[in-house]
Amino acid sequence: MHSLAFDVSHTLAGGLVLISLMMLYQDRLYSLLNVFALHALVLSLSVAWQAFIQDAPHLYVTAVIALVFKAIIIPVALHRIIKQLGIHRDIESAVGIGPTMLAGMGLVALSLVLMLRVTGDADPLAREDLAFALSVVLLGLLVMVTRRNAVSQVVGFMSLENGLVLAATGAKGMPLVVEISVAFSILIAFIVIGIFLFRIRERFDSVDVSALDDFRGERR
Amino acid sequence: MIPSLFDPVTAVLLIPICSAALLAALPGYRLTARLNVVASLATFLAALSLFVVERPSPGSYVLIDDLNIVFIVLNTFVGFTTSIFSASYIAHELETGRLTSAYLRFYHAMYQIMMFGMNLAFVSNNIGLMWVAVELATLTTVLMVGIYRTHAALEAAWKYFILGSVGIALALFGTILIYMAARPVMGEGHDGMVWTLLVERAANFDAALLNVAFVFLFLGYGTKVGLAPLHAWLPDAHAEGPTPISAVLSGLLLNVALYALLRFKILVAANPASIAPGPLMVTVGLVSLIFAAFMLYRRRDIKRLFAYSSIEHMGIIVFAFGMGGPLANFAGLLHMVMHSLTKSAIFYAVGHISQIKGTQRISRIRGLTVTHPALGWGLVVGVVAIAGLPPLGIFMSEFLVVSSTFARQPLLAIALVFGLLLAFGALTLRLTSVAFGEPRGSTAPADASYIPMFAHLALVLGAGIYLPAPLVAWFQHVAQLLG
Repeated sequence: MHSLAFDVSHTLAGGLVLISLMMLYQDRLYSLLNVFALHALVLSLSVAWQAFIQDAPHLYVTAVIALVFKAIIIPVALHRIIKQLGIHRDIESAVGIGPTMLAGMGLVALSLVLMLRVTGDADPLAREDLAFALSVVLLGLLVMVTRRNAVSQVVGFMSLENGLVLAATGAKGMPLVVEISVAFSILIAFIVIGIFLFRIRERFDSVDVSALDDFRGERR
Repeated sequence: MIPSLFDPVTAVLLIPICSAALLAALPGYRLTARLNVVASLATFLAALSLFVVERPSPGSYVLIDDLNIVFIVLNTFVGFTTSIFSASYIAHELETGRLTSAYLRFYHAMYQIMMFGMNLAFVSNNIGLMWVAVELATLTTVLMVGIYRTHAALEAAWKYFILGSVGIALALFGTILIYMAARPVMGEGHDGMVWTLLVERAANFDAALLNVAFVFLFLGYGTKVGLAPLHAWLPDAHAEGPTPISAVLSGLLLNVALYALLRFKILVAANPASIAPGPLMVTVGLVSLIFAAFMLYRRRDIKRLFAYSSIEHMGIIVFAFGMGGPLANFAGLLHMVMHSLTKSAIFYAVGHISQIKGTQRISRIRGLTVTHPALGWGLVVGVVAIAGLPPLGIFMSEFLVVSSTFARQPLLAIALVFGLLLAFGALTLRLTSVAFGEPRGSTAPADASYIPMFAHLALVLGAGIYLPAPLVAWFQHVAQLLG
């Protein structure tokens, strides 16, 4: 039977997929952010567990980065932005919750079928991690396309990056370059996002992306 | 070969990053604009010295081979000429109050960081490092596109940020999959990310995993190349950012993403059991070409017009590399170089034109050859070149693509020629209305720097008439490398 190491990492990675699915039906910005913080927390646990079972101390750094930046600093900062902008009431989703959930389940099934089939030779731990990671990535994409609000699109993007970190840590012995770069890119991305949110606010008095749609395409 | 007294690779990377720090600290636009030019020139000279100085042997992070030398030199050259154009363009933006001096400081620092990112992507031998570099270049250009802070600029930057980041995220997933495919053969650790080592032993990798990885990489980096279904960010970003950035986006950043794609194409092609990347690239390239050719007819904004023209040409290049073989690869390489030079020259002209006329709307611009002969005729030559007429360089490369396709896949060649003719028609239609006829709009004299534009056009014309034999030999060698 499977070892404890396998069971724990399987549970944590599966938990990430479940939390990604939870993101799909959040209809308030605050609750979406809370779910995202939970997502980042589970990610850091998962990365720390990988660091322990792979005996790779550098992964602890990644776990700490995930915990501090993504589970604490970014959600808190976004909370404050939402409060300042006064947009906490609801999320305008472009697609209803029912179809979104169905699409989400379809994506999970798709990524499991795809990844388990092509990684037949790899060790079971790595291949399941990869399959779950792809699910998280695709669900993050789904969050991005079904929401019209800039803040929730950002949350979708960050949960997508969590999936990438899961994949990178699951790939045993992958050099530190990538982990640092992922954390780094999130940091930069956040600065970019912060600047943009304030700029959008300055210009439109709202962070609803549909306000931007009026200017789509050609100048007339 | 001169034994290396100094290390050109380090110089190519260090000059931009140090000058970025300096430019961020210095006040005064005249000084910083000049410093930007000087730094870009120094980077270009360092890149040129790669030809004479002994090359470093491929390490686990840096690789200089015949393929990327071409791109580094092209990149730094266009970076240098654009910095000259940028100095005169930005002076005008400051006068009209579209930018303030604080933004200029930011702009110049970002310009150098972008050059650093692109050069790093070219020299990196590590697929993880390459990804970081492309991501860095993307983020800096996102900030540059949004610099005017108008509605349209913000929308463009946001769209670019979202689509670009999703693309780059998919590329990272592909990179991780490559590492997973390599791990059973290469073992754990750094070796599994080093491109030269990966190619050597790619034949033993798991083919199924390699296939999936290539699809992710193709989608991911393909978004940045601006291929058809994923191109949505490109016209907006080109139209709304400052024109020097449009020039480097079209001329250089698309090349960076394509270069990354080519590296992975070589890697996947080295495994006999995996899918051939060719048909995928041929299809997507052809779709981009024909789609963009149709879109060209409905453009009302002059920068948007040439943005779609970039999608069209990227389609042609991807098509050529997808066909493969020595001749088509040669044509694709030549087309990349020619397109970079021509498209940036066009954007130099368009930048000054839209500043003089105060608009980017095609219908408000008439009779440029009468009011501003130098700019007008420069634009005419540029558009004639980009439309693929002889005797300019793009005619040569397009002719090679078409003839090599006719020799192997006549049916595909018909579709290719159809797309080319369609685009040609649209461009001539727009050109005649803009360049000739009764002048309309402001006739104020242009305070422009013509040197970069005419230097590029002269190079394109020169390449169309006569390609020096050593250059041909070099390109042929690289074409062979691409397989």
